[in-house]
Amino acid sequence: MSQTENPPVVDDGEETISTPPVRSTALVARAMRLWRTRIGAFLVLLLVVVAIVGPFIAPHTATYFAAIPNSPPGGDAGILGTDYLGQDVLSRFLYGGRGILIMAAVSTAIGVFFGVAIGLVAAYARNALDDVLMRSMDVIMAFPQIMLALVAVSLVGAQAWVIIVAIALTTAPRVARVARGAAQPVVERDFVEATESMGVSRFRIITGELLPNILGPMMVESSLRLTYSIGVIAALAFLGLSPDPNGANWGTMIQQNEIALSTQPWGALAPIIAIALLTMGTGLFGDGIARTAAGIDRERGEE
Amino acid sequence: MTTSEPGGARPAVAVSVRDLRIETTSGVPVVMDVSFDIGSGEVLGVVGESGSGKTTVGLALLGHARRGLLITGGEVLLGDEDILSLGDEQLRRLRGSLVSYVPQDPASSLNPALRIGVQLREVLEAHSASRGNNHDERIAEMMREVALADDPNYLRRYPHELSGGQQQRVGLAMAFANRPRLIVLDEPTTGLDVTTQATVLSTVRELAAAHNVAALYVSHDLAVVAALARRVAVMYSGRVVELGLAEELFESSAHPYTRRLVGAIPRLTGGRSLLGIPGHAPSPGRRPPGCAFAPRCTLHIPECDAEVPPLASVGPQHSARCIRAAEVLKHTQAKPGDPVDMVGGDAGSAVLTLENVVARYGKTEVLHSINLQLEHHECLAVVGESGSGKTTTARSIAGLHRDWTGSIRLGDQELETSARSRSTESRRQVQYIFQNPYGSLNPRKTIGETVGQPLAVFGLAKGREAESRVAEMLEQVSLSAGYARRYPDQLSGGERQRVAIARALISSPSILVCDEVTSALDVSVQAAIVELLGTLQRDLGLSMVFVTHNLPLVRSIAQKVAVLSEGSIVEYGETAQLLADPQQPYTQQLLANTPSLDTATAEALHSERRQAVVER
Repeated sequence: MSQTENPPVVDDGEETISTPPVRSTALVARAMRLWRTRIGAFLVLLLVVVAIVGPFIAPHTATYFAAIPNSPPGGDAGILGTDYLGQDVLSRFLYGGRGILIMAAVSTAIGVFFGVAIGLVAAYARNALDDVLMRSMDVIMAFPQIMLALVAVSLVGAQAWVIIVAIALTTAPRVARVARGAAQPVVERDFVEATESMGVSRFRIITGELLPNILGPMMVESSLRLTYSIGVIAALAFLGLSPDPNGANWGTMIQQNEIALSTQPWGALAPIIAIALLTMGTGLFGDGIARTAAGIDRERGEE
Repeated sequence: MTTSEPGGARPAVAVSVRDLRIETTSGVPVVMDVSFDIGSGEVLGVVGESGSGKTTVGLALLGHARRGLLITGGEVLLGDEDILSLGDEQLRRLRGSLVSYVPQDPASSLNPALRIGVQLREVLEAHSASRGNNHDERIAEMMREVALADDPNYLRRYPHELSGGQQQRVGLAMAFANRPRLIVLDEPTTGLDVTTQATVLSTVRELAAAHNVAALYVSHDLAVVAALARRVAVMYSGRVVELGLAEELFESSAHPYTRRLVGAIPRLTGGRSLLGIPGHAPSPGRRPPGCAFAPRCTLHIPECDAEVPPLASVGPQHSARCIRAAEVLKHTQAKPGDPVDMVGGDAGSAVLTLENVVARYGKTEVLHSINLQLEHHECLAVVGESGSGKTTTARSIAGLHRDWTGSIRLGDQELETSARSRSTESRRQVQYIFQNPYGSLNPRKTIGETVGQPLAVFGLAKGREAESRVAEMLEQVSLSAGYARRYPDQLSGGERQRVAIARALISSPSILVCDEVTSALDVSVQAAIVELLGTLQRDLGLSMVFVTHNLPLVRSIAQKVAVLSEGSIVEYGETAQLLADPQQPYTQQLLANTPSLDTATAEALHSERRQAVVER
């Protein structure tokens, strides 16, 4: 096979349109030209690094009693002071991100996986299966995410897997809707029929023909769902429902230290800022991708 | 610029375009040196292929430029007023009253939420001080003018309750409502059936003549323009390359491009091979300093590259932008191509047999007992208007339409209804090419992946061998092997259709089903694709079902024709015989309504055709 970029030998009286092909990697690269995407990516990266590296650079363990409760920063109390039990806030803050991030990432990933699968199957089925799948998704969606998580946790207990399953379960239908919506116009296009006429299996059509064409909107949706998952996990922890009630966790920290907000604000403020920046980061990143994808669509529409 | 248009029996000039220049916002010229006049009551046709700038010129006459474009020079004189010098508010008042526009797609230009009566009223009220019921009589009159019912019940319909042709006639009524002096029609009949097209065209012609309206008719279809316009401007690469009377232009063109374009048009008389134009039209910004057509021109001499040739007069009311126009004119215009050397099918060797095929969409029966036979090495054209069931026939053969009963046999083997339940072997044998090359290729796959897919699916080849077969196949459809690494959006429409052909042929099928494969393409591209399909059919010994609405095209590719109407075959026979001497009234009607360069210039046929329209 020739390896040179041969000049076109076609004798069509047309000009070749030379828009670069749009793949998901190219999409992210293009999105990075926007400031909002850069800021978002920077914030997410910063907090991920804090959560991962935090435990290794923390001056004390998460449960180390540094000074008398609610000491302001300085001296024995450390850079951020101590919390309501006298534990070092900085150490607890550095330990407290890992759990939230891992649970949020895992539950969102599971939810997105099942959501995309269900959405694509529903879009491709175009029959009763579509209705059955989507109506059952609607049933799950009828419960607010936090309510379902609360019910699950209060029934089974505040274990990590329960929280992950509850959030994945409530994330999936929302993703499924978007996936189905994005896939519906793709299903109608002729190239899907072309592969059907060859007798390609349904599984291969869904993964090989449909999925690549909805990656853009799915990336946007995933970052949005991640934002919500972080919020829900933090909220559950704030309500005292975290796998390790004594361990460090940003959500738990806010709850425990809110009473001292006026005298020693850092106990609550540090995790609040962290969660706010994290959700802002995922939100901005997703928005940047969404805008870029829309921009690409618009350019193509004008050709 | 030289715009020598010597006088003659010409109506008074209504609109005069002078040195129009349109650039992109970044300063790349898109349209240059466009000058022409339109007399009142006259229809000027503007023809060109995609990217030639014809629609851009049409919109400039309304003082409008699409997003990303700016009108940077020239004037559009309507009487004494230069439209291009007007402000937004003045333009707004002008549009719809003195100048009006009929867009290509009537379905998207009418508001789907408003009754047509309301929309017609809006046009009148927008440009008159009086409101209320005194427009009723005028609205009824407008409806009668475009041959639609004028009763209140009809006016209470929504656009979706009308057919495409009726919608377009409502569009015409709106455009003519305020008795404009200039009307711009942008391919208003593209997408309509020939019969509908014929009535819409005659409506345009009659209204323009009756109300002394100057009309600019933009189209890619030379045959339509020839039937409608008195004078025609041919555009290429942003410039008018030839301007003259329609008959003269198409019978003795002075510009090589016009000659090639005319040669690419399929004709009803004489089965002739079509000739595509080699090469590409240069895109804006990459146009050569000299004549833009020079790189593709067979008469090219070094002087052509020196500077852009002026639009010089070559005869009364005829000018061309070619320095060798005089030499071009010396040659009599050859009829396009050589007679097609069509090897007849091998009689008695049916490779595909349809028996009593009845197809349904839900409860509606769209095909009533179809019987067809495709012989080995034969091309059978299935023609008909939209809704005739021709695409359903093709889709049933390929197993894409599942709701059918009856029998379709491949050789002597019965085919299952859906492709999925057929055997791998029969799926390999029957390959389908889709109408729209923009939808039939997965945008996320490289051309190599797309073309190579059948090899993997049918287990024919893999790895190195598959790669070399893909490269071979791409070269067979006149693309280079380097295309394998490109993505569909880097390709033009014609190139994409070649890729689709390559995908269909790589598994060495015995039957190729082509569904309107050229209807989304320009004429010169269509010619090249038909040429390619014809060659491949001969060389590979294929049998082909060629579905099309384009009757003249059939002449250049098929040995047999089946005419479909409302789900039944009304006529079937040898192509030459059927087109020359149709037996059924439906076929006769279809042929009469088909615009063609041959008939357009013959006045007798012209009036005959109009007669046929009126009788309907």
